[in-house]
Amino acid sequence: MTRVIVITSGKGGVGKTTTTANLGMSLAQLGYQTALVDADIGLRNLDLLLGLENRVIYTALEVLSGECRLEQALIRDKRQPGLLLLPAAQNRNKDSITSDQMKYLISLMEKQYDYILIDCPAGIETGFHNAIGPASEAIVVTTPEIAAVRDADRVIGLLEANGIQKINLLINRLRPEMVKSNDMMSVSDVKEILAIPLIGVIPEDECVIISTNRGEPLVLEKKLSLPGIAFENTAYRLDGQHVDFIDFDSYSKGPLKRLRNFFLGSSIT
Amino acid sequence: MITEFFEHLFISNNRGSRNDVKRRLKLVLAHDRSTLNASTLEKMRKEILIVVSKYVELDTESLEFSIRTDSRMTALIANLPIRRILHSDENI
Repeated sequence: MTRVIVITSGKGGVGKTTTTANLGMSLAQLGYQTALVDADIGLRNLDLLLGLENRVIYTALEVLSGECRLEQALIRDKRQPGLLLLPAAQNRNKDSITSDQMKYLISLMEKQYDYILIDCPAGIETGFHNAIGPASEAIVVTTPEIAAVRDADRVIGLLEANGIQKINLLINRLRPEMVKSNDMMSVSDVKEILAIPLIGVIPEDECVIISTNRGEPLVLEKKLSLPGIAFENTAYRLDGQHVDFIDFDSYSKGPLKRLRNFFLGSSIT
Repeated sequence: MITEFFEHLFISNNRGSRNDVKRRLKLVLAHDRSTLNASTLEKMRKEILIVVSKYVELDTESLEFSIRTDSRMTALIANLPIRRILHSDENI
């Protein structure tokens, strides 16, 4: 059975598209036929993060208007043939597609895929409602910051009100050293406040920006970075496997921190 | 002491903003999650008291009436201590 999962957050810039790209690639690597749908019409980015921007010819809108067939708009990833992208139109706005049209598009794709991930636009207006309409599950992405968590809470309420029961939480851009010095909410703080099951924790790392610069998702690297491992683990959990959460403290690095730990030990913090 | 010196060097003086953010977030979410505003709550309180007072005499000094939000559940908490039971057939 096809699982249609919307990746959403409310607030912009917390990592929805990065999450969609990496989870999609990971699921395809696990052997699942995976389709990614960019629902952010007018501000499409998923093609960039996947490095597929030069291959976009048709978009979801041309499929709906009958200018092309669905198969012509879908871009198959050459690095991972199990992964396909349905791009959004860039020169239109979010009102150029209706909720029913979005549901129709997804219904065309169902059966052929094991997973369909929908990259939701920021906000809670039309674009949001279009993106969550066809989904039966959601992953809410947040960062351990006050505005992101507040928006996530609002989005969880809206998802529940729209009949989406299966909602998982992904905490992105965690900075373990700030949590340790009591200057950032911990994973359990955020989890306690939002009260939905946790599916992944991704640490903040420069390599995330580097991977987007190159258009190569983190999970494609031969030697996985820490966020790459964290995304891969999230995909395993989505697939129903039990994977322990990484203890990021044991990965703490940097000469200053090591010096500090040497003199003060970890008990001080 | 050398330990104190290093503590000063590596640990900032503030107590950490983590508790501040949790406190502020919990407050704002409690407000976000309860769609009832103060005037509606007051109106509801009065109406409920009228209904309940038809059947029992309440201790009006120690009435408690509030909206409480816990994780994903918002609940109306009413604590209405009863002084004595009124006989319904006489009062309705």
